[in-house]
Amino acid sequence: MLTVRLYMLQRVTALLMAPLVVGHIGVMIYAVQGGLSAAEILGRTQGSVFWFSFYGLFVLAVSVHAAIGLRTILHEVTGLSGRLLMFFTWGTALSLCVLGMRAILAVTFLVRGVS
Amino acid sequence: MNSPIKTRHVAVWRGEGEIGHFETYDVPAYDNQTVLDVVSHIQHYIDPSLSYRFACRVGMCGSCAMMVNGEPRWTCRTHVNKVVGQDVLEIAPLRNLPVIKDLATNMDPFFEKWVKAEAVHHSSSSRDDDMTAVLPNDAERKKADAGIECINCAVCYAACDTVAGNADYLGPAALQRAWTLYNDARDAGKQTILEAVSGVGGCHNCHAQGGCSHYCPSELNPMQAIAGLKQAATRALLKGKL
Ligand code: SF4
Ligand code: SF4
Ligand code: FES
Repeated sequence: MLTVRLYMLQRVTALLMAPLVVGHIGVMIYAVQGGLSAAEILGRTQGSVFWFSFYGLFVLAVSVHAAIGLRTILHEVTGLSGRLLMFFTWGTALSLCVLGMRAILAVTFLVRGVS
Repeated sequence: MNSPIKTRHVAVWRGEGEIGHFETYDVPAYDNQTVLDVVSHIQHYIDPSLSYRFACRVGMCGSCAMMVNGEPRWTCRTHVNKVVGQDVLEIAPLRNLPVIKDLATNMDPFFEKWVKAEAVHHSSSSRDDDMTAVLPNDAERKKADAGIECINCAVCYAACDTVAGNADYLGPAALQRAWTLYNDARDAGKQTILEAVSGVGGCHNCHAQGGCSHYCPSELNPMQAIAGLKQAATRALLKGKL
C-alpha cells in the first residue's frame, strides 16, 4: 500500500524528526536538570515564534510519518484498503495534527498570565 | 540405494483448494534421501492420488518447491537429514499461493505479478540493427548478473511476509527480474519498469527483512535488487520523472 510518494514522504519526515527529537530531548534534560518551574518554562515559550516553529514542524512531521506507518500496518494486518484505508490515513494525520497543534498553541500563544 | 535404517513418519497436506488436513505416512528412511524422494515414495507405493509437481530433480526447473517443516524449500535438493529436527517431517503446499490439490499450488498469481512488474523484455532494437554489446565488466551488467539465475521457484514469494499481508505486493522474484532488466543494456523499458514498481504493490512495500534472500535456494539476493529499485525510483521522483 506504499507508493513511491508515500514512501518518500515517510523518509523525508523521518529525516526531519531525527534532529527535532534530539533537540526535544536536549530541552527536556535542560529543563529538568535546571529545575525550571512550569511558569519559567511558559515564560520562555509564550510568544516565541522559534518554539512554535520548532514544535510545529515536529507535529507536522509526526502526523504525516505516523499516519503512513499505521496505514501500512493496518493494511497488512487487517487487509483494509481503498476508501476506508484512505479515511483512516487522513483521520490519523489530522487527529495527530490537531492534538499536537493544540498543545503547541497552548504553550506558545494562548496561555497568558500564568505566574 | 542402501537399505532402509528405519521408518520415518511424514505428515503430508492432503485436500482440495484451501480445505484439507495433514495425513501421516510411514516412509522408509534412507541416507541421502531428498524431500522429493519422500513425496515420490508416497505417491509410487502408498497413495497414487497424491498430487505434487516436479520436473528436473536437479534444482533447475523451479517446480518442486513446498513448505518443509514450515519453511519454503526446493524439495529436490533438500536432504531430509538436513531439515528433520526431532524426526518430524511435515510437507505442505507452498505458502502465499492458492492450493489446487495436495502439494500442488496454482502459480498464476506469482507469474502474473512478473508481468505487472514489467519484468518482461522491452526490445530496444529490431532485427536490422546490430546486436547490443553486453559487457561483462560493466557496472550495470554486474547488477543484472547478480539476479539472472532465478529459477522461478517462488520460494522467496512463499517466504515473504509482505506478500502474505499485502495481496497487491509484486513480491521479491518479480521485482528482482524487473531490476535485472532495468540494468540490461538490451532493454528499452527503464521508465516503464520504474513506473510499474512504484505503485501500491511496488518495491516500496518491501520491509527489507530479507526472508527472500535467506531462503532463495539459488543464493540470490532479491532484497538487494529491491533496494536498487527503491533507489532508482527515488532518484526518478526527485528528478520529476515519476
Ligand atoms: S526483504 Fe522484502 S521482498 Fe524480501 S521477504 Fe522481506 S519484505 Fe519480502
Ligand atoms: S529469487 Fe530465488 S527463491 Fe525467488 S524465485 Fe528466484 S530462485 Fe526462487
Ligand atoms: S524438480 Fe526442478 S528444481 Fe526441483
